[in-house]
Amino acid sequence: MPTRTVAVGSASGLHARPAKIFVEAAAKAPVKVTIRVGEKKAVPAKSMLSVLALGAKQGTEVILEADGDGADEALDGLAALLAKDLDADDA
Amino acid sequence: MPENLAGIGVCAGVAAGPLLRIAAAPALPPPLPVTDAAAEVDRAYAALAGVVADLERRADRAAEATAAEVLRAEAMMAGDEELREAVRERIEGGADAPHAIDAAFGTFREMFAEAGGYLAERVADLDDLRDRAVAVLLGLPMPGVPQPGHPYVLAARDLAPADTADLDPSQVLALVTEIGGPTSHTAILARALGLPAVVACPGVLGVAEHTLVQVDGTTGRVVIGAGSTFRKVADAEVAELTGPGRTSDGHAVKLLANVGSAKNVPAADEAHAEGVGLFRTELLFLDRASEPSRKEQIAAYGEVFRAMAGRRVVIRTLDAGADKPLPFLNQQGEPNPALGVRGLRVARQRPRVLTTQLEAIAAAARDSDADVWVMAPMVSTLTEATEFAAAVHEAGLPRAGVMIEVPAAALRAGDLLGVVDFLSIGTNDLSQYTFAADRMCGELADLLDPWQPALLRLIAICGAAGRDTGKPVGVCGEAAADPQLAPVLAGLGVSSLSMSPRALPGVRASLARYSYDECRRLAELALAAPDAASARKVVL
Repeated sequence: MPTRTVAVGSASGLHARPAKIFVEAAAKAPVKVTIRVGEKKAVPAKSMLSVLALGAKQGTEVILEADGDGADEALDGLAALLAKDLDADDA
Repeated sequence: MPENLAGIGVCAGVAAGPLLRIAAAPALPPPLPVTDAAAEVDRAYAALAGVVADLERRADRAAEATAAEVLRAEAMMAGDEELREAVRERIEGGADAPHAIDAAFGTFREMFAEAGGYLAERVADLDDLRDRAVAVLLGLPMPGVPQPGHPYVLAARDLAPADTADLDPSQVLALVTEIGGPTSHTAILARALGLPAVVACPGVLGVAEHTLVQVDGTTGRVVIGAGSTFRKVADAEVAELTGPGRTSDGHAVKLLANVGSAKNVPAADEAHAEGVGLFRTELLFLDRASEPSRKEQIAAYGEVFRAMAGRRVVIRTLDAGADKPLPFLNQQGEPNPALGVRGLRVARQRPRVLTTQLEAIAAAARDSDADVWVMAPMVSTLTEATEFAAAVHEAGLPRAGVMIEVPAAALRAGDLLGVVDFLSIGTNDLSQYTFAADRMCGELADLLDPWQPALLRLIAICGAAGRDTGKPVGVCGEAAADPQLAPVLAGLGVSSLSMSPRALPGVRASLARYSYDECRRLAELALAAPDAASARKVVL
């Protein structure tokens, strides 16, 4: 299954504004994407509550997984988004 | 038969209208057996959808982009697919909709609380969303500020910042709270919005909703069943005066505005403010996981400085801590935050935050024609004042001052003026620390009354030091917004009053009624009064 491992780039972690931007993007993906931290349970990337509950901070490595048509493109886009500092104003 | 309630008037003005309360969070009813699980799931989903729709509606209406974004993020939580899944599982396991919703939020609540830090603080958001969904299920109004679509008088036990984030000042005629004091959030909000307000008014929650009430924010009287108009009664005399603040014989008392950002400048201009006496810089730092960049700070300060070109702007360095904790400073865990590392004291641990801020202020000041003065909050010793003044001058800024919020600083006002250029008295904190009475404690509201002779005495020490040295001594606390107190403060030697722009016309009119000699006599009488109530009667 296509997988991407990426360190969270946002200064505040995967919270608040960065979480909202990420979850909105995941909801638009054509495939079901999951996200997890380490070996913990993978949760749907389009669930705001589950993504928040990961408690991922800046630098935390998260693993994205998806399967099916367009999975690679979707993961590339979401991984790039996670790596950026989404707290910055130009995000 | 009209009946009166009495409280403490904290923002002058009279208004009448139907009374509505902030709805309380609904209690969970006893569990009911579920016969049709599918229908129960639909009911639960519909309630959650109702919460989402309400949050999105509020986001669309929110005046501020940040507020709108927060509301939209909450809508995403209430509409969460995993949450709905958890609700469905609970209902299929036999729970009714309210209990299923409570339990589903409970699972996430536990995860958030366990994660600690930022997430633990969001637990209150989850509880609020649950309360909203349960209220919809039970056919009760959603908790929070009512939005009836017509003007009304808002009553509450007390108002928290969260309650008032989307309070619409064009719909709310007046505020009445059962508890609270002159410096509680309700009072500060009322003055910022120019709404008549009465706090510490027992019995107001017993008044039936939609009863017409008349609120007098000067006397603290709330007349039940009186008044049949929705109009705000303005003091006619107030609107007519403009120009610089002065007594009837021309003694100048500068009238300045308190602002938090450039957005407040138009209101200050409308009120003919002579400048800004308190530019609070916390706004830029609030809700931030990291310190705002130098560039961002320069932009925000520059905006206010440019809007105030040619006029004085007193900017206060970061006043964090106590009631304004900032995430990036990691201040959690202080046993007594009001007596902890707050205001200038933060610089003991994080000196860079202060130097960066001073550099940003200096850079912004160089690019504008405003007369920029800088002051530090929560100064208590001469050493602190000396070091702060050195840091300000080091940054290339000419005017350094300190706030007087701690009795220790007031007692040494003369010495402080030997090392700084001006003083600014923050009466809210000075009251709190002088009377050892928590600003948020409604039961102690009488101790926090700015007319307390002991507080006036500390102000008098500062005023006398100002007269002796010829250096400015201002008041920028809530006391500066009290029209009756203005001549007393002028008589005590205060040379400027800084307040929310809406309070400015009333203070200007009040000052103009007295000569400077009369102000000094009123000040002497107030100082000699046995208590706050008698002091207040000195000025009629």
